[in-house]
Amino acid sequence: MNSAPKILLVDDNPADANLTCEVLATSENPAQVSTVQDGEQALMFLHRMGQFAEAIRPDLIILDLNLPRKDGRAVLAEVKADPELNELPVVIFTTSHSARDIARCYELGANSYVSKPGNLGQFFSAVRSIENFWFGFASIPN
Amino acid sequence: MNTEGEVDILLVEDNPDDLELTLHALRREHLANNIFAVRDGEEALEFLFCTGRFKDRNFDHPPRLVLLDLKLPKLTGLEVLKRVKDDPRTKALPVVILTASKEERDLVASYNLGANSYIQKPVDFDRFREIVKSAGLYWMVINQRPLANPAQMAAAAKQ
Repeated sequence: MNSAPKILLVDDNPADANLTCEVLATSENPAQVSTVQDGEQALMFLHRMGQFAEAIRPDLIILDLNLPRKDGRAVLAEVKADPELNELPVVIFTTSHSARDIARCYELGANSYVSKPGNLGQFFSAVRSIENFWFGFASIPN
Repeated sequence: MNTEGEVDILLVEDNPDDLELTLHALRREHLANNIFAVRDGEEALEFLFCTGRFKDRNFDHPPRLVLLDLKLPKLTGLEVLKRVKDDPRTKALPVVILTASKEERDLVASYNLGANSYIQKPVDFDRFREIVKSAGLYWMVINQRPLANPAQMAAAAKQ
């Protein structure tokens, strides 16, 4: 991929969001990352509403689950039920390791589920793996 | 190839060269102990739904990953994908399309039907090996798979 990949990062934890952005910024082909902090903003971004009227369509959504206002499960359900958006790959990136969350997310159509490691080095490599696979090897709709 | 017990990866591929190459790359990286290959779409469905020649397989032991070609005899990869993603018992199974097709409409149709990801087979041998390695690593190690048992999974989702 020649042009910069575009990521919508939905995470209300500033430390996690900053770390994720830092990892992505040090890549060979740094992604253009847009960050929002809650589920309502994520959907407004994707529908280009309000302050997000000029928002670009992302190539990949990295979505946390426990979010204020509208949680990640609701965002995932809306994206996957919307014919305009459902082909967008959604990677769930969350501290939850619960079998229930994993099951629910796949039922709702999540493309992938990655648990956020607590350890800094592992967190770094999890983000790098997501980036490497989705932008280095997978094909994503234009 | 092991037909008994748990299969880590189901490979659905009719091209013998691609099949050999994929198996070789996956084994070399020690990413899967049991890889099972089927050659057409009908066999793939029989395997996944434990019918026909796979009627003795245990539904509670689905593979951890399905690598699915699109151009297949009998039933196409897209038809297989649709059946798997339309059925609550198999919907959560990670299915990654591995195909030579460079057509945007195949790519979009696959994601629309619920493919977890889509990978284009490169012509270059080394690149092919690299791609299989990366896909294996991501889907077998980084990605969290759903619970193996579909009944447990359905129960977990409803909690």
